Amino acid sequence: MKLDLKSVDQIIGKYDGEDSWLVMILQDVQDKYNYLPECALGRVAESLKIPLSRVHSVATFYSSFSLAERGRHLIRVCDGTACHLRGFTHIKEEISRHLGISEGQTTKDKVFTLDVVACLGACALAPVMAVDGRCYGNMNAEKVRVVLDLYRREKRH
Amino acid sequence: MISTAGKKDTERIKSVQEFQGKQAYSRSKFYSDKVRVSVGAGTCGLANGAADVLAGLRDEVGTSGLDFLVRQTGCIGYCQVEPVVDVLAPGLPRVFYHYMSAGKARQLVRAIAEGDFHPDWALGRLSRDQLLVRSERDFSSKPNGLSTVPKLEELPFYKAQLKIALRNCGFIDPHDIEEYIATGGYSALAQVLASIDPEDIIDLVEKSGLRGRGGGGFLTARKWRACRQAHGYPKYVLCNGDEGDPGAFMDRSIMEGNPHAILEGMTIGAYAIGSDSGYVYVRLEYPLAVENLQIAIEQARAYGLLGPNILGTDFSFDVEISRGAGAFVCGESTALMASIEGYSGEPRAKHIHTSEKGLFGQPTNLNNVETWANVPVIVNEGAQWFARIGGEHSKGTKVFSVVGKVKNTGLVEVPMGVTLRDIIYDICGGVPDGRAFKGVQTGGPSGGCLPESLLDLPVDFERLVEAGSMMGSGGMIVMDDHSCVVELARYFTEFLTRESCGKCTACREGIVRMLEILEQITCGKAVREDMDLLDELCCYVKDNSICGLGKSAANPTLSTVKYYRDEYLAHIEQRRCPAGVCRELTKFVVIPDRCKACGRCVKTCPVKAVRGREKVAHTIDQDKCVRCGACREVCPFDSIAVA
Ligand SMILES: Cc1cc2nc3c(=O)[nH]c(=O)nc-3n(C[C@H](O)[C@H](O)[C@H](O)COP(=O)(O)O)c2cc1C
Ligand code: FES
Repeated sequence: MKLDLKSVDQIIGKYDGEDSWLVMILQDVQDKYNYLPECALGRVAESLKIPLSRVHSVATFYSSFSLAERGRHLIRVCDGTACHLRGFTHIKEEISRHLGISEGQTTKDKVFTLDVVACLGACALAPVMAVDGRCYGNMNAEKVRVVLDLYRREKRH
Repeated sequence: MISTAGKKDTERIKSVQEFQGKQAYSRSKFYSDKVRVSVGAGTCGLANGAADVLAGLRDEVGTSGLDFLVRQTGCIGYCQVEPVVDVLAPGLPRVFYHYMSAGKARQLVRAIAEGDFHPDWALGRLSRDQLLVRSERDFSSKPNGLSTVPKLEELPFYKAQLKIALRNCGFIDPHDIEEYIATGGYSALAQVLASIDPEDIIDLVEKSGLRGRGGGGFLTARKWRACRQAHGYPKYVLCNGDEGDPGAFMDRSIMEGNPHAILEGMTIGAYAIGSDSGYVYVRLEYPLAVENLQIAIEQARAYGLLGPNILGTDFSFDVEISRGAGAFVCGESTALMASIEGYSGEPRAKHIHTSEKGLFGQPTNLNNVETWANVPVIVNEGAQWFARIGGEHSKGTKVFSVVGKVKNTGLVEVPMGVTLRDIIYDICGGVPDGRAFKGVQTGGPSGGCLPESLLDLPVDFERLVEAGSMMGSGGMIVMDDHSCVVELARYFTEFLTRESCGKCTACREGIVRMLEILEQITCGKAVREDMDLLDELCCYVKDNSICGLGKSAANPTLSTVKYYRDEYLAHIEQRRCPAGVCRELTKFVVIPDRCKACGRCVKTCPVKAVRGREKVAHTIDQDKCVRCGACREVCPFDSIAVA
């Protein structure tokens, strides 16, 4: 597959081609393409004049980077301490049952990817999940289904 | 890298005198003759529906043609009762409303327009404008028809609190620098630039006794001085907003709700140290914190409070944001610096202090968000004022996020030295649903779990370490008798295996081996000798790791083994998890005498394992049951038990 890498160049331009912004450059690239395509990593290395191995080391070190394509909506279930004690497992299992995917997987229709993270910072409302950065607190099995259906319906519009 | 050009140069404050004029103007704007209605729209508020409330308010104010100001604020700390709306009306005490919805907010606005303040929905009123010592207006004597509404500062949740680091959070709009200035913001910086020498600021901070709130409790002044005295230019001033401790969210709340406090603190620190450049490192999961900080930085630049020649002096300082990408270890100082430099966040051994060679090999000073937020108050109120608060070696206040199995969850800021019992019971109302208190976990993955017998422990840096835990960033996760401490130790250890960067063997391999044993225990496959092996491993990892992650990785295990040995032995010898959490060791049964056949568990069970008809005690099909315990949590009659 051939990707248009113009966006990568724009992102690098925004950071004045400074390699110290590598972590944020990769975040912006991922925001743009939804994952880190191999060819984009190559372009980043080339433009910043740094070895591809360094780009790879960063892309694989930080847990938010994905080298594989992901779904349109990213579900993050919180397994921070508060959520862990207040029913993280129920929430994760309910999502898995409802979507037929487990941690780190993407649904066949490429709508959802399920990730587990440690703490979304809304611990007082545990258990918490987030979809595309939006947090939902005091979750239970029923609310999980309501929230997921909300995003699923959105897709058809 | 981000566009900074002072597009509104007219706003630029060119001298300290001009700043005072700005302060007076901002005050008159904040306490204007208009009604100001705001919604707590931090991450926690938003997760509870604050966006709908805000939309409802805006719409109602618009369609009713009211001349009200609608604002968003951060979180007042009482996350449990969100969404929260507050009303600041001319001549009246500020009133806070809890459990709001879009519909209630609309009604409230209409009622207020008619002069009815809906006291029945109010959480409390403020007799002073803020919960901190100083305030503009005092309403203690004239409640104006709101006398049935309790004073906010007298509610059990707030009574013992003193908001220094959390001042303004939930009280001002973080997107408006003038609201910060109106409530005293940047006055410390103005004073410093006008009349205090850098060395004297360090002395002032030293006298205050301020210690870092990022976990270790290092003396802040000592770090600043080392960096000031280090040779090299440029020097960097950093803010640690990585908040990796899962269960702690005070730094998020400050970054979202009062970002200027951090910037002001950093600017004062930079002046004291002799630095002109800084970074705030924010964890990935906090997009709103990044957004609000970015807005704050741009506004501060436009007002001449960041950037070249601050307030017309020859001192210059600027700040940029660096976003983390999901790595707990990046909260560690050297890993954080590696990450800002654009590398993997691997810590290095600190033979040379970062105060001499830190970011980009230059002298660097790193402090935590909460530490920075304390600085302006110390300048304003004085070192002695600050040093009078708290205990002997732990001065000032500390913010705790009290969450888990506790009635009032939220952020609590109290003078150091108050006891765990004060925090968990008096302020937060104890354990809900009539369950028994089992323990409290403090200090996150580097901390430990403290039992009921230690509830009267005064909370300060030293006491927590003596008890086998640590302050950490201030997470307090309360556990009841449905929480399993062995599973908790397993949970933290698993977390640490994932987050260990892998550089040193003790940490990379040792924690994995610890996890294997803990997994055996929670699965009922361990033998007694495994406890000794576990102990040995804990000591090995502790003594041989490079950075704090490994050095403290054994704390969750060691503290639970120390205080809850019986529970470990129950797992090993009786193959039983008393809390009913470890699935391989748990079997749930219905106690027929207690069951009122209400059917709630039948509806809740995700795998349809509970069978039941009306008026007949329910039963659980053990073949289908996945031991998730959902039925037990919903049963109002406590009729589901661990066999
Ligand atoms: C593994 C590890 C994780 C840490 N995470 C954080 C963190 O998330 N936030 C923080 O402020 N300090 C964290 N620290 C402590 C920092 O290294 C550093 O001591 C602190 O930010 C200094 O600020 P202070 O002196 O104001 O406390 C961590 C330390 C270690 C070893
Ligand atoms: S523990 Fe889940 S949001 Fe913090």
